[in-house]
Amino acid sequence: MDKIKGKVWKFGDNIDTDVIIPARYLNTTDPEELAKHCMEDADPEFSKKVNKGDIIVAGKNFGCGSSREHAPISIKACGIACVIAESFARIFYRNAFNTGLLILECPEAAKEAETGDELEIYPEEGKIINLTKNKTYITKPLPGFMKEILEDGGLIPHIMKKFKLQ
Amino acid sequence: MKRYPMTLAEKILAKKLNRPFVEAGELVEVPVDLTLANDITGPLAIKIFESTKIGKIFNPEKIVLVMDHFTPNKDIKSAEQVRICREFARKYGISHYYEGGNCGIEHALLPELGLVGPGDIVIGADSHTCTYGALGAFATGVGSTDLAAAWITGKIWFKVPESIKFVYYGKLKPWVTGKDLILYTIGDIGVDGALYKAMEFTGEVIKKLSMAERFTMANMAIEAGGKVGLIEADKRTLTYIKNRFKRAPLVLKADKKAKYVEIREYDVSKIEPVVALPHLPSNVKAVKDLSEKIFIDQVVIGSCTNGRLEDLAIAAKILKNRKVNSNVRCIIIPATPTIYYHALKKGYIRVFIEAGAIVSPPTCGPCLGGHMGILAKGEKAVATTNRNFVGRMGHPESEVYLAGPAVAAASAVLGYIATPEELGVK
Ligand code: SF4
Repeated sequence: MDKIKGKVWKFGDNIDTDVIIPARYLNTTDPEELAKHCMEDADPEFSKKVNKGDIIVAGKNFGCGSSREHAPISIKACGIACVIAESFARIFYRNAFNTGLLILECPEAAKEAETGDELEIYPEEGKIINLTKNKTYITKPLPGFMKEILEDGGLIPHIMKKFKLQ
Repeated sequence: MKRYPMTLAEKILAKKLNRPFVEAGELVEVPVDLTLANDITGPLAIKIFESTKIGKIFNPEKIVLVMDHFTPNKDIKSAEQVRICREFARKYGISHYYEGGNCGIEHALLPELGLVGPGDIVIGADSHTCTYGALGAFATGVGSTDLAAAWITGKIWFKVPESIKFVYYGKLKPWVTGKDLILYTIGDIGVDGALYKAMEFTGEVIKKLSMAERFTMANMAIEAGGKVGLIEADKRTLTYIKNRFKRAPLVLKADKKAKYVEIREYDVSKIEPVVALPHLPSNVKAVKDLSEKIFIDQVVIGSCTNGRLEDLAIAAKILKNRKVNSNVRCIIIPATPTIYYHALKKGYIRVFIEAGAIVSPPTCGPCLGGHMGILAKGEKAVATTNRNFVGRMGHPESEVYLAGPAVAAASAVLGYIATPEELGVK
């Protein structure tokens, strides 16, 4: 996995899936269409302001609420390279890995980062450097199984690979 | 042989794996008894499934597709989503496809049809799949990719969750229902209070609750971040599944010495009818402690949380010979056609219409801000649904107050958030 370098967009606790992608846009599965409305109810201009490779940083329980995979899909499609949070809601956690969106749980890094900070992330090592604040954080390594899924590019390619091996 | 005391969640998973025990924290892969998708998550799962070109479902009988969110289809896009699901069902011979007059809100419909039962492993591409925990099933929400993968393999991986035990004792006050108990609990532990964990609901009060109220409680486990919300199957459960559930139920009980990360006890005689204020299900307050009158524009009685016959019975009792306040739209949504039918036979629908309420066909509708009752800027609603996030029922500046059917119906009459007692209903 390559190094990631990008600017922070900071959000608070309990950012739910209705905020990430409001239900009124769920009558489509098109990633480009979903990307246009990403985080709209928290910041209507978000999808216009964000640049490819940027990073979302949030507080506790990011992605709580519905099981809609449209949420990680819209985040990924609008160019976000990684989400760092103090903690993630469990279905969102699964969905992010399954759809190949990198997420990292790191309470300290999440608490201290602010909008506009520049971060450098080494996913393999679980290392996050806040270049603006000149601070380095180490997160828990990903469970082996989850890393395998990410390395294969998501759950489906992972299963396809297993199927072919059989 | 050494015995390992297990929680209910651990017991179900161990049994499915034919192992003497499993422990919290372990990653396990278990066979699924049923998988569920709806008109929002289904098309995405289908797209993912078809992209693999595997073209074979592990067992079409174990797939249920319920078109409940935007149906009857609210616009062309929604109709197209449903068409994708319908064609998929035909192509793969999926008989459990529900769309028209046989369709209700998934989490009310599946138990009613006997498609889920005690000891089952159920995954659904819908977060409120945890509802079936009320039957003693290990049931949880997943995303469309997890679901598509399970259609191929027939299996799902889980991290065995740690469990929190919730014990309810004492005598319930008038008008306090399962909805108040679960809201009170979420208010106590917070929206991430059970993150990644199994919630086990026990105690003398749970034993006496109707199945409808048990479904309501298990339904909202996800609102505390829980993976599953479990209630041991008992006599009442077995009576409920009789003549519905065709497989042999797997009735399991937690061991007395099982390890819980936490045990919380609640004396329910101290719990009053509550509301969850915007914008979190954990912003819970007793209605009588509200500091000022909160005037409302809409009431919604329905959803997978409180759209069952018992909920409609409570609403009918309160609305009988009364009128919905002229400033309020009161929308009542029986969760399934069968519930609708019985509500009609029992005279509830007549009561609702005479009171000036709107009776909707079974649909998720306004619960997720889809259709059939969307809020304008600044409008406030009392809803028996399960989420009051920003924009959940419409405009981002609208507000949703969560409550049980009794508070919702009383509020519809008075025009502000109130208990039936304020209305003088005994
Ligand atoms: S009624 Fe509401 S919470 Fe239940 S399945 Fe439908 S949208 Fe989801």
